[in-house]
Amino acid sequence: MGTMRARRLALAIAAPVLAIAFAVLVTSVVLLAAGNNPIDAFSTMLSQLGRPRIQVNTLNNATTYYLSAIAVAIGFKMNLFNIGVDGQYRLAAMLAAAVGGAVALPPVLHVGLIIVVAMIVGALWAGIAGLLKVTRGVSEVISTIMLNFIATGIVAYLLAPGRLAESVAGSNNIGTTPIGPSGQVPGLPIIPGTGNPVFGLIILAVVVGFAYWYVLNRTRFGFDIRATGSSEQAAIASGVNVKKMIMIAMLLSGAVAGLVGMPQLLGSSYSYSLDFPTGLGFTGIAIALLGRNNPIGIAFGALLWSFLDNSSNALEFEGVPKQTVMIMQGVIVLSVVIAYELVRRYRVRMVAAEVGRQLASTPPPPPSPPPAALAAGATS
Amino acid sequence: MIANSDVNLTVQRGTVHAIVGENGAGKSTLMKTLYGMHRPDEGTIVIDGETVVMHSPADAIARGIGMVHQHFQLADNLTVLENIVLGDEPTRAGWLDFRAARARIRDISDRYGLDVDPDALVEELGVGERQRIEIIKVLYRGARTLILDEPTAVLVPQEVDELFDALRELKAEGLAIIFISHKLDEVLKVADEITVIRRGTTVATVLPADVTAKQLAELMVGSELPTPQTHESTVTDVVEIRLVDLTLDSLEGRRLLDTISFDIHRGEVLGIAGVEGNGQNELVEAIMGMRTPTSGRIELAGRDITSLSTRARREAGIAYIPEDRIRHGLLMEAPLWENRILGHQTKPPNVRGPFIDRAGARADTERIVREYDVRTPSIDVLASSLSGGNQQKLIVGREMSGDPTVLIASHPTRGVDVGAQAAIWDLLRAARREGLAVLLISADLDELIGLSDTIQVILRGRLVATADPMTVTPEELGSAMTGAS
Repeated sequence: MGTMRARRLALAIAAPVLAIAFAVLVTSVVLLAAGNNPIDAFSTMLSQLGRPRIQVNTLNNATTYYLSAIAVAIGFKMNLFNIGVDGQYRLAAMLAAAVGGAVALPPVLHVGLIIVVAMIVGALWAGIAGLLKVTRGVSEVISTIMLNFIATGIVAYLLAPGRLAESVAGSNNIGTTPIGPSGQVPGLPIIPGTGNPVFGLIILAVVVGFAYWYVLNRTRFGFDIRATGSSEQAAIASGVNVKKMIMIAMLLSGAVAGLVGMPQLLGSSYSYSLDFPTGLGFTGIAIALLGRNNPIGIAFGALLWSFLDNSSNALEFEGVPKQTVMIMQGVIVLSVVIAYELVRRYRVRMVAAEVGRQLASTPPPPPSPPPAALAAGATS
Repeated sequence: MIANSDVNLTVQRGTVHAIVGENGAGKSTLMKTLYGMHRPDEGTIVIDGETVVMHSPADAIARGIGMVHQHFQLADNLTVLENIVLGDEPTRAGWLDFRAARARIRDISDRYGLDVDPDALVEELGVGERQRIEIIKVLYRGARTLILDEPTAVLVPQEVDELFDALRELKAEGLAIIFISHKLDEVLKVADEITVIRRGTTVATVLPADVTAKQLAELMVGSELPTPQTHESTVTDVVEIRLVDLTLDSLEGRRLLDTISFDIHRGEVLGIAGVEGNGQNELVEAIMGMRTPTSGRIELAGRDITSLSTRARREAGIAYIPEDRIRHGLLMEAPLWENRILGHQTKPPNVRGPFIDRAGARADTERIVREYDVRTPSIDVLASSLSGGNQQKLIVGREMSGDPTVLIASHPTRGVDVGAQAAIWDLLRAARREGLAVLLISADLDELIGLSDTIQVILRGRLVATADPMTVTPEELGSAMTGAS
């Protein structure tokens, strides 16, 4: 079995590596077709890896991507497609920012309150989709997409002077009342050579990732989630209350989605304004696919995605449109999805063949004395 | 696994050839082979004197074989015409040519007496009309050999007569019709020849004039009886599980289970005989708490459990071997030791508080593999890599763990090899000896008669007859099951 496990590991790594190689190939073709030199373009991007500012930005963006992807992955584990992470985090960040700006509390409590508010808002918003699904059978895909639009509308309505927003001094921007120092999370100056620190809440992402892994793999509740995801019928027969699980999974997914805006809010902008990053929920879907819902895989996926984003600006100086990176990201996701499916099928066949071989090579145990019915069955 | 072996079947043009056999006898596998969905490991298929190899239903259609499935495959929101041409749309200069299609459908329906309106919406049509659409659909594609899989299962008697009229027209036009059924009276009425299939093998081909329904039933179930067993009764007088007037209606208000009442005592095996689809699944699911009965009561050791959840019932001591182990009994892409946990997520040795006890679950999986002779190199392999028999032994071992008091076994030996079948029979007998109350549902009448202390026959959701396994013959059971007696 040792060699089998080694081969399984090799297979698990082979899929993403092949997918990335394929994406590089396709992107090269695109670059060539557009009259650019792919080798120059890729070496320009790779050279960005050594720049401290790019390193910090890569880590910071990856932190939010990671949280978003985990939120999506919680749903995926149950075959639920929470397309609404985007709306959930924006609504959560805006309301949490408003609450955070309106109160003054001791440092840790203040941060804790903001985070809890964000999680509750995210959970409730996702919970609407969960409730519709378990009570009325509404597809969560449809309802979460529509809830995204409604969230956009609500944020736009509330983010107006006289409601939850005020003008930001010295600009046309409007945002929520800035959160005081007690509600801010200091950055981590772990990368020298740049003034920008890494988001302190990168630790939150690590904790969430660990909790995700632990709950799924080590708890009864996680077992029920995985059982429901891999065979709903078997889960029902085993006594899982699938409706309850759908509801809980949506609430958890929404709660983690609520965290997506926190590193940015508490580590850098301190207020939810018109220029708060959007679209992170959709990036999370791509990264959850890329990382195959595995917490470590998602971490690599988030870092890769974030690095590609951050290194794309340098391409402009080479005269290469930075949108080339988007093509590459798209191809990576598609080819990873295909590569994993191929590897999964191969693995199932390989294990079956291995079992067959091992059983054939070891003599079966001596047959137990035939029961009465066996004798009857054999002679009839 | 061998589903069919040594099948010999010759169908003449211009005849209706019926294939009869018990549930699970291999009729569907045979038909799927003829329709190109499976390729035979050995043997040949000859059409009009030409040996053919078919890789897909498309190949079969190209060879003039058409199949009408038991479950209709129609799009409700399209018209009859659209459904018929779907996948084979006639075009003229790139545009859909509905006029030509309509004319052809009219022609087919007039010729064979298959009366349908091409422009009606399918969702507004009844079952009989839908079946006619399915038949026209295959004729439209030029079928000369028609396979009908249990075509009368969904029809009311008048519709059955209409169908039979249409079949007579079709065979008069020189088509060959293969008619699969287990309703013996209907088969005798419509067929020109009847082939009986049992345990995957054709056992006889007879003419309807030469046999009675009773003789056919004998051929179907096999006249060999298991040797009478030294059946020292372990039945006690303690009722472990009791059903009182259990009734279940479908969402549309159709009665699926009708006032089912029975007691199973400790140490007793109650066998349920019945043609598939007469309420067995619903009965099992109602007992397991997967369906909520409309009325009636289920008691476990004197305690009313009618409103308990599936999990609570399992915790209370009901073990469950589901009919479809792949869909309901196992997580195919999870290792064996995780499958040990399934269904027992709240009980030691699988869990400690809210946490999975990996060491405990793994150790106990090793025990099951050893004691129940599950042939596997390791408990880390995926459930999908085991053979059906070994999967089933794992399930039986799992369900017998944790001291259950009731065992619901639904087709426990379906699709397993002979060796595993005997082992599972032995395990069921051991369960009975240990004082479990066992509900056994099976299509294998030998199995039912061999293992049960009491047999009840279920027909259209009702328990219609009781039989003593010591004296009843499979033929008598077969007649009671089909309502032929």
